[in-house]
Amino acid sequence: MNMLRDHITFPANGTAASRDGFGKALVELGEKDPNVWVLTADVSESTRTHWFAEKFPKRFVQVGVAEQNLAGVAAGIAACGKKAFISAYGVFSPGRNWDQLRVSVCYNDVPVVFHGSHTGVTVGPDGASHQALEDMAITRVLPNLVVMAPADMEEVRKATIAAHELGKPAYIRTCREKMPVFTTPETPFKIGEANLYREGADATLIACGPMVYESLVAAEKLHGEGISCAVVDCHTIKPMDKKTVVEWAKKTGLVVTVEEHQVNGGMGSAVAEVISSEYPVPVRRHGIYDHFCESGSAFELLKKYKLDADGIASVVRESMNMKKR
Amino acid sequence: MRITNTKQLKLIANTIREDVIKMLYEAKSGHSAGSIGLADIFTALYFNVLYHDPKNPSWPDRDRLVLSNGHVCPVMYAAMANAGYFPKEELLTLRKLGSRLQGHPHRTALPGIENSSGPLGQGLSQAVGMAIVSKCERKRWRVYAVISDGEHGEGQTWEAVMLASKYKLGNLTAIMDRNNIQIDGFTEEVLPLEPLDEKYRSFGWHVIEVDGHNIHEIIDACEKSKAIYEKPTLIIAHTIPGKGIPFMEFLTEWHGKPPTQKEAEEALNLLGVERTVIEEEG
Repeated sequence: MNMLRDHITFPANGTAASRDGFGKALVELGEKDPNVWVLTADVSESTRTHWFAEKFPKRFVQVGVAEQNLAGVAAGIAACGKKAFISAYGVFSPGRNWDQLRVSVCYNDVPVVFHGSHTGVTVGPDGASHQALEDMAITRVLPNLVVMAPADMEEVRKATIAAHELGKPAYIRTCREKMPVFTTPETPFKIGEANLYREGADATLIACGPMVYESLVAAEKLHGEGISCAVVDCHTIKPMDKKTVVEWAKKTGLVVTVEEHQVNGGMGSAVAEVISSEYPVPVRRHGIYDHFCESGSAFELLKKYKLDADGIASVVRESMNMKKR
Repeated sequence: MRITNTKQLKLIANTIREDVIKMLYEAKSGHSAGSIGLADIFTALYFNVLYHDPKNPSWPDRDRLVLSNGHVCPVMYAAMANAGYFPKEELLTLRKLGSRLQGHPHRTALPGIENSSGPLGQGLSQAVGMAIVSKCERKRWRVYAVISDGEHGEGQTWEAVMLASKYKLGNLTAIMDRNNIQIDGFTEEVLPLEPLDEKYRSFGWHVIEVDGHNIHEIIDACEKSKAIYEKPTLIIAHTIPGKGIPFMEFLTEWHGKPPTQKEAEEALNLLGVERTVIEEEG
């Protein structure tokens, strides 16, 4: 774990969709490594694999609307010494093809990186059917698999490159909507090592995906009210960075997790599992509470479900009582 | 080791059947009928069709054999052991703690296994992925996939069938174990699959039908599939589940159970008689 306040741009310098980071990384990797193959299931543009397809058409496979086959074909390609990257919306992959990811990819232990885009409520107007809010829960239980939910476009780019280097099955979760970009090419990134962006004394906000930036803004607001919050970018859900989680549980005595995901089984659950067995302190898991959401703009939905900075700040205020019990 | 002599191949198939009976009896669980019914096909593959090196299972230019319906793996293990991939004594460790011979095949447990399997419908997709790589990189190695009839109930199988056709995978040969049974009964009663030949042809495949117990027909069909350049080939191999052991033949109850001691002894006796007949054929 590093203290990285000086390595990020806060407030953010512009916005971008985190899925763009995946597409950019694939082009970089395609140029460096002739063994990189990319596959998609009829969503090449919206998952940004079309940039790779234009440059390396021979190593690009379009399988059509067939996510189960997507995972299986990728596993076959990876079994031939290739590194396969597959891309679809999170609700379909890992949603629809979980069995194929479990057996053809993870049990085979072949280097397939699967990218679930359009996760979280920020998918917005498409509504509940397309808002992946369960993907971390169903992937983090799979052996041999690394699960990542990077904070912004730049961190997704780094996570994709790190997954290539790792050469193991990995899941990367991204978003459709343009969100603040606040990490930089210089911000360190290591799979399994959380980044601390802000120190604090009263509570620790552990967040992933676009909730990291919202948590930083929330921490700034709370600071003005005399509540001092640490903020951790928990970009790797599996393996969880136990050391950082326990260290900040000890230092602050209260953990609030924030994710654009169901609170059951997601990143917050993973954090709570560590804390309950290693150093029990109160944990408030914030996210979506066992509920299908609805259509609306990304920002309306974030506000409604208290996943914007104001909402997160209100959850921290409420949770301060948990320390007194 | 490429065996062309019919008698020799038949004797190997007979040995593989014996091994499967012994393995399943020893394991006290497993799938008898399908494994026994595939003995001739696996003999053809491991002792004639495949370009492979049992002493160097990761040879990059080997043909790939993907088994999709993993529950018939006892026959694959028996064929592999007889071909020299690992010592035959190890066959009796099937399904036991610490064994490399998992109840359903595991790629990283045993060298020579190309894919883990078990959940039906996943093998053909992986075979298609391998064939795409071989074709794209202009390699000479081919991909063979053994698939079951029952797993055509899985939509994924048809997704793979369509993609193989799109990529004109002339280097892919799928062999369908058309034994007409699945766990709950006959395939045409559980979920009708016919006409399988017309379905595959309309999806752009070349289709050959063979007697799945005639080793030479199987070998010939595999040879013919190599001459089809722009299409994948499906070999529909008509088989009798439990073939060679009359009290098992065609009975769905033998899908998922092992023989008792008495049944195993009887099966081995019957196979012994069959062996004598093959030897006397001259």
